[in-house]
Amino acid sequence: MSNILNELLYTKTHEWAKKIDQKVVAMGITAHAQEQLRDIVFVELPALGKELKAGAACAVVESVKAAYDIFAPVSGTVVKVNQKIQEKPQLVNEDPYGEGWFLHIEISNPNEFGALLSPAQYQAISEPAP
Amino acid sequence: MKKTPLYDSHLKYHAQMVSFHDYTMPLQYDTIINEHLCVRRNAGLFDISHMGRFEIKGNKALPFVQNIITNDASKLDDGQVQYTPICNDQGGILDDILVYKRNKDHFLLVGNCANQEKDFSWFQKQAVAYQGLEIRDITDTVSLIALQGPLSSRMLENTFNRSFDFLNRFYFTDFAWNGARIIISRTGYTGEDGFEIFVDVQHLIKLWDLLLDKNNQDGLRPAGLGARDTLRLEAGLLLYGNDMDETITPLETTIDWTVKFDKDTFLGKAPLLQQKEKGIIRKLTGFEMIDRGIPRSGYPVVKGSEVIGRVTSGSFSPSTQKNIGFCLITASSVRVGEELYIQIRNTHYLARVVKIPFYKSKH
Repeated sequence: MSNILNELLYTKTHEWAKKIDQKVVAMGITAHAQEQLRDIVFVELPALGKELKAGAACAVVESVKAAYDIFAPVSGTVVKVNQKIQEKPQLVNEDPYGEGWFLHIEISNPNEFGALLSPAQYQAISEPAP
Repeated sequence: MKKTPLYDSHLKYHAQMVSFHDYTMPLQYDTIINEHLCVRRNAGLFDISHMGRFEIKGNKALPFVQNIITNDASKLDDGQVQYTPICNDQGGILDDILVYKRNKDHFLLVGNCANQEKDFSWFQKQAVAYQGLEIRDITDTVSLIALQGPLSSRMLENTFNRSFDFLNRFYFTDFAWNGARIIISRTGYTGEDGFEIFVDVQHLIKLWDLLLDKNNQDGLRPAGLGARDTLRLEAGLLLYGNDMDETITPLETTIDWTVKFDKDTFLGKAPLLQQKEKGIIRKLTGFEMIDRGIPRSGYPVVKGSEVIGRVTSGSFSPSTQKNIGFCLITASSVRVGEELYIQIRNTHYLARVVKIPFYKSKH
């Protein structure tokens, strides 16, 4: 079973988001997403200062097999990127909610954060009942 | 969606299944990298029953085969195997196949999954000129698996209590096993030593399980299409549908050596000869990334401000830890060391032309 943390919010495209202060949201991909992708061998992150739109592609991860877009959970400005996952992409497999984080985004529309999926809602879509 | 007879076995081994042309096939059981390295170190077992298999019989079998292939099957011993493209009237590649010669009146042809129906109707169309020729599609009655890796010969011996080490590369032999007819062929698609094993469909699951049970301790694991693709790419082997198709001739690829112009006549000979005399305009070549980025099929290849071709296959290479690929580009740019740019998501990443294979087995 995939690991879903209670203190995070989620998207239906398998990203997680967490407020780290009033204005800034940290984001990455979920344990379920990295499990589906398996070996992550490349991560491409946006430049600092880039304006993101909620639901639009903001990063790329590549497994051995293919490249996949990662979508911004909220709109805002990129204020920090995790360079460590560019050097060592397997951190995303090993620790998707910790060392494998992707971006910090300064949010431009606080309402979007509240519209994200709760852990229970995300569990329902990522682990459909058998 | 078709299933191979091993579908339930794949689920038992927790395969992640994907659709591949008409078939549902295992992409990976563990991870592509682990399976890839397992084949390079020990051995892996692949279900390749999705590939097309045809039997050709009759006293005109040899001239028929000679006419459809560009390589020269008259050079084959009985019990020998040859790799060859089959070309259309324009010299475009219809499929790349292995030709197994039992004797001059009896051949076995193995082609790609995607081309099974196309191959069969092409063979039937060409057979009209060869009276008494029998062509049978045996894909559903004779299954095919591949045991690949440096320990594969020892593993076969563990399994059958007899050695098949007498087989040279590209030779095969028949073998009766508990009432099953088996063909063991020292061939493969990984760049390692290995065997491809044909077995009557009703004995397939038993054989698959036995191979995995007997050789578990020596490190044999099932391996999926993901590892099959990265292994063949490192070994410099082409994939139909990516690196070859009907719009590409063998002379434009790395398998130009399979076209034997000294052979009497064969389908595609005239246009291929013409192309050879005029010189080719584009050529398939291997490259590796210098900048960090993974090339994928379809990405443009750029030199200066000009697009000079496209990537046909590309991947992270688990054995070399580099990002590698094939591209079909302007022939004048194909020189080892030549620098090119691969356009990945609108950004240009530096790459250079390299010799193939990208990886040579250490065994």
